[in-house]
Amino acid sequence: MGEVKLVGTWVSPYTYRIKWALKLKGIAFDYIEEDLCNKSALLLQYNPIHKKVPVFFHGGKPICESMVIIEYIEETWPHNPLLPTDPYERAMLRFWIKYAEDKGPSMWMVGEGQHKAEQNSLEMLKIIEEKALGDKKFFGGDNISMLDIVLGLGHWLGGEKLLEAHKLRRLHVWLKNFKQVPVIKEDLPDLDAMLAYLRRQREMSPATH
Amino acid sequence: MADEDVVLLDFWPSPFGMRVRIALAEKEIKYEYKEEDLRNKSDLLLKMNPIHKKIPVLIHNGKPVCESLVQVQYIDEIWPHKSPLLPTDPYQRAIARFWGDFVDKKIYGLESRKVWSTKGEEQEAAKKEFIECLKLLEGELGNKAYFGGENLGYVDVVLVPFYSWFYAYEKCGNFSIETECPKLIAWAKRCMEKDSVSKSLPDQDKIYDYVLHLKKVFGIE
Repeated sequence: MGEVKLVGTWVSPYTYRIKWALKLKGIAFDYIEEDLCNKSALLLQYNPIHKKVPVFFHGGKPICESMVIIEYIEETWPHNPLLPTDPYERAMLRFWIKYAEDKGPSMWMVGEGQHKAEQNSLEMLKIIEEKALGDKKFFGGDNISMLDIVLGLGHWLGGEKLLEAHKLRRLHVWLKNFKQVPVIKEDLPDLDAMLAYLRRQREMSPATH
Repeated sequence: MADEDVVLLDFWPSPFGMRVRIALAEKEIKYEYKEEDLRNKSDLLLKMNPIHKKIPVLIHNGKPVCESLVQVQYIDEIWPHKSPLLPTDPYQRAIARFWGDFVDKKIYGLESRKVWSTKGEEQEAAKKEFIECLKLLEGELGNKAYFGGENLGYVDVVLVPFYSWFYAYEKCGNFSIETECPKLIAWAKRCMEKDSVSKSLPDQDKIYDYVLHLKKVFGIE
């Protein structure tokens, strides 16, 4: 079907999402680390619009934007599904993914003495715990979904302290279970480096992700 | 089958709401349209979208779906046979989703608002960025009749509502979008020849009046 390549950076949660999605589906891929201070000709050619990582290639054809990539991966390799089959359940998951994407950046600023960021993050976590997780093991039910992958990174980055401090028990348990999933456990990101990278990005261009 | 009870909570100038109106019209789905007063939101809206309390909300057989891009994809999946909006090929779908995301970030985003809500250098910078983004979209359109090819597709539905706001942008920004992006305006007019689009978009004059009203309310000169 064509070889699979991922151009990304080890400090980006957006790159991590793709790596985990591919590994959860058992898809072999070539990973190319991009030096963001010295963007390669390959990156600029294949993502001329945003000039960002990750860029995903299948059979030589490029796809950009992490959620667009994940939906493509899901449709091309439907085994070990990351999205529900029912259209309404799918719509609910996509709604929560957008919510997580929109609110996520405030999570990165937790612990930087930004009281508002903490308040916003806490509110978001409470809503997610109550409305999106409920009593399920993962956001996808018994198995991991795209939403677990997106939140798995979002929560860690600043969120874990809030989970403990504010006794968000169900999310705490969810995070523990998430970290135990073999594919996740064997490829945990360097959270401090990731957080530092995201905060720098946010300072440089607060309007983008 | 699946087209029993469909309700749309909406607000007439909202381009997000227009996307859903167009999608439902393309699929020939009968629905109840409920106009919301955003200063006095209905109990139904607050119940159906408690997280954001925003329109549009699509209620299908009593169950709410929120976020316009999620709604358009849902509509396409529930009623796949009439006027499919996303292509069947996964790579083509990825391209469509990429451009839908681009439109949301760059044309509907907070930066583009500055074209009508600011003045001077800030406004000039916003205008420049706005036109650059429209030109990128022209590039993607190429020589096709629609972004979806021969027929309206996902990107067309996602972008065309903004056409109803162009006149307001032009008047406030003192520029002509048609001069800068003639192919895009030709595309928009082509879309407007379809009932599903022309009946879903309000008059450009009405939108301009609405923008003037917003400027007054926010104390923008």
